[in-house]
Amino acid sequence: MFLNQFLFLAAILFCIGVYGVLTRKNGVLVLMSIELILNAVNINLVAFGAFHQHLSGQVFALFVIAVAAAEVGVGLAIVLLIYRNRRSINVAEANILKG
Amino acid sequence: MFLLAAEEAAANSWLYDNAWLIPALPALSFLLIIFFGKRLPNKGAEIGIAAVSAAFILAVLTTFTWMGDIRASFDKKEEAQVLTVDGEEAIAVVLTAEEGEVRGAPIINEVEWFGIGTDANRTTLGTEANGHGQPAGGEGETHADEEGHAEEKAFSISIGTWVDGQSVMMLFVVTFISLLVHIYSTEYVKGDRRYTHYFAFLSLFTASMLFMVLSSSTLQLIVGWELVGVCSFGLIGHWWEEKDNSDAALKAFLTNRVGDIGLLIGMTILYFAAGQSFSIKTINEMAVAGDISKGTLQIAALCLMAAVMSKSGQFILHTWLPDAMAGPTPVSALIHAATMVVAGVYMIGRLYPVFFVGFGIAGGTINVMAFIGGLTCVGGGLLAFVQRDLKKVLAYSTVSQLGYMVLALGMGAYTAGLFHLFTHAFFKACLFLGAGSVSHACHHSFDMKADMGGLRKYMPTTFATFMIGTAALAGLPPLAGFWSKDEILVGAGVWPGTEGNGTYTIPFIFGMLTAAMTAAYMTRAVWLTFFGDYRGHEEPHESPPRITVPLVILAFMAVVVGFFNMPKQFVEALRLPSRFALAFEHWVEPAGVATFVSKEANKFTHAKPSLSLAVVATGLALGAGFLVWNYYKRLYAMDPKATEYTNGLASRIPLLATGHKVLENKYYLDHLYTGVIAGGTKGPLARAANWTNQNILDGVVNLVGVTSVSIGRFVYRYIDQGVVDGAVNASGSAASSFGQLLRGMQSGQVRQYATLLFGAATVMVAVFIFAV
Repeated sequence: MFLNQFLFLAAILFCIGVYGVLTRKNGVLVLMSIELILNAVNINLVAFGAFHQHLSGQVFALFVIAVAAAEVGVGLAIVLLIYRNRRSINVAEANILKG
Repeated sequence: MFLLAAEEAAANSWLYDNAWLIPALPALSFLLIIFFGKRLPNKGAEIGIAAVSAAFILAVLTTFTWMGDIRASFDKKEEAQVLTVDGEEAIAVVLTAEEGEVRGAPIINEVEWFGIGTDANRTTLGTEANGHGQPAGGEGETHADEEGHAEEKAFSISIGTWVDGQSVMMLFVVTFISLLVHIYSTEYVKGDRRYTHYFAFLSLFTASMLFMVLSSSTLQLIVGWELVGVCSFGLIGHWWEEKDNSDAALKAFLTNRVGDIGLLIGMTILYFAAGQSFSIKTINEMAVAGDISKGTLQIAALCLMAAVMSKSGQFILHTWLPDAMAGPTPVSALIHAATMVVAGVYMIGRLYPVFFVGFGIAGGTINVMAFIGGLTCVGGGLLAFVQRDLKKVLAYSTVSQLGYMVLALGMGAYTAGLFHLFTHAFFKACLFLGAGSVSHACHHSFDMKADMGGLRKYMPTTFATFMIGTAALAGLPPLAGFWSKDEILVGAGVWPGTEGNGTYTIPFIFGMLTAAMTAAYMTRAVWLTFFGDYRGHEEPHESPPRITVPLVILAFMAVVVGFFNMPKQFVEALRLPSRFALAFEHWVEPAGVATFVSKEANKFTHAKPSLSLAVVATGLALGAGFLVWNYYKRLYAMDPKATEYTNGLASRIPLLATGHKVLENKYYLDHLYTGVIAGGTKGPLARAANWTNQNILDGVVNLVGVTSVSIGRFVYRYIDQGVVDGAVNASGSAASSFGQLLRGMQSGQVRQYATLLFGAATVMVAVFIFAV
């Protein structure tokens, strides 16, 4: 079976996403990196679903897409508000919770 | 025949078993009056009268039932003896009659009051009816004793009723006089500011007295004894706004405390001597059987005598009784003449075996009880001569008559003593209520010399009843006092042919003297009050019917009650039915005495009546009365308003003058008590207290103060500053530095948080993969 290839792809995608989340300073790019992570998960779900001849994997993938859409909505709203208040979307500057 | 008897007994026993109702009704009435009395139209008096009436009806029914039972047992015995002669069936009858019951044995009902210890053998809660003559009381204790399991014995105290001739007699007397006094009081204390309170206390007193009368254990007796004392205190001080009255109440209470110590010690001795039993029955039986040594009984009896001396006004603790006349007159009649003060006499009768054996009354010539009684009746009688206050005369007369009862009991004349208690209650209540009526007419004064005289014309009913009471008290035949006084004198066993329990010569002389004196001082009181010319200010008036009707009833009783105990010879001479002879003796006596009649060592003997003694005693009384009468008659002829000779014998002969002075100062006993004893202890006690205060108490206080200051300094310096503050500061700075440490982690950088999150997730995944 060719499950491994999908899993590798997903792992690489996940790593890129994580890297993006951790290193990018632009808020929008952080959100996009999160999308990459979620899609890595979607690939895994679909691959396992196909591998096990079961529809639940694909159904879950659909749910994740829906949740990801919602998450992006919320996330972009936050970024927009930060921009409005600080004229910048640099997440490194949004540090008013510093102890 | 036996079935019928049994059924009859069952019907009768309802009254016996429910005798507790008799004290319970006035007790309930007390509570009702206290809580609701003031809102009622008659301010609570109606509740009191209703409750006491109900108690009176019950008491009368019980009395008649008791009399019927005694009569039946007499008939049965006579019948049995007749049948014995004939045949076999007859023997069975005799056996049943003899085994079945001791005539007049007490009927005891007991309920456990409270108990401590194992309840295996304890009599359980609930009424346990004991029939005639069966062992009563602590059944658990009996079992334990029989089987020798002392450790299983539960300590339990029972409360109960004891119905026998003596208590039934008292039930009748107390409820009867209490009822009359209630009715009388509605008029006498009308408009009083504490009218409701007064009636509440009358109810409480009646309840307490009945409770004491019915007591089946010494503990219950003590409780009742103290309760009546409290009521007496409350009623003597009824008008406490005047200092004299509250002083008199305190004096009565404190003097009684002196005797109560004797009561407590005596009862404690008896409790341990009788194998830890409070049961009067057990104590009496053991005293009779010789299970308690004579020495122990003697000490116990002496202690109890102290209680009798205080409660029943015996010399030298009688001083409170005349002062107790500060209370309202109906109270004096009920409590300080007819009922409460005879509690001591009643207690002697209830524990008679203890005294009889303890003092060795059988075959004696003198003992403590007879001596104290004799001293009291003469000493009290003498004091009655010098009083100006009508109530005080009656008070000392009460002291004297109480001495008579104690004297009788001390000589072994059990029935005579209790019979005198019975008759005295009626005529003395009559006299007191009469005095109250007089005072009601004379604007609340009791001063015979200043405010009275010639009252017979103004208040004929009061005069007539007072005369009957006086004649009964003086012992003139055929009134009540004659019969009881005669029996007491006969009981001394001195007069030829009387054969008493011993030869009590000195008490007999005291008794004869008192008989003469009683007539003399009562003649004086009657003359000063009712004869001569009126010396008061305004016109006196006869009292209203609520006062005179009780007087008439009591006077009637003072005439008739003496006939309850006529000697056999007298009854035979008059050809009356034999059941009239010694009826009172048959009703009352067996309870106290039947148990030890059989015992040879302490044989109880009845004295035989003597006609010559009766004639001599009556002659003495009449003679003494006549002398006093003559004295006042001659005085009146000289000066109608005079009450004494200005230059009489007492002022001319030094010896008599001294005697008069001693009497006027009441033998200096009050001086002794307040001046010497109280004063003598007060000074040194105060000085000792002051010294103790200055040196010991203040020293302790100062030491404590200084010590606490230095302890405080130490605590401040080392413990507060060092330990407590140190701990607080240390925890503060620890928290602060730890916070500084953690502060670095809170960078506010979302990416840093995300790094930590992913790092942690990686670690967890590693753990899941490699550890599981």
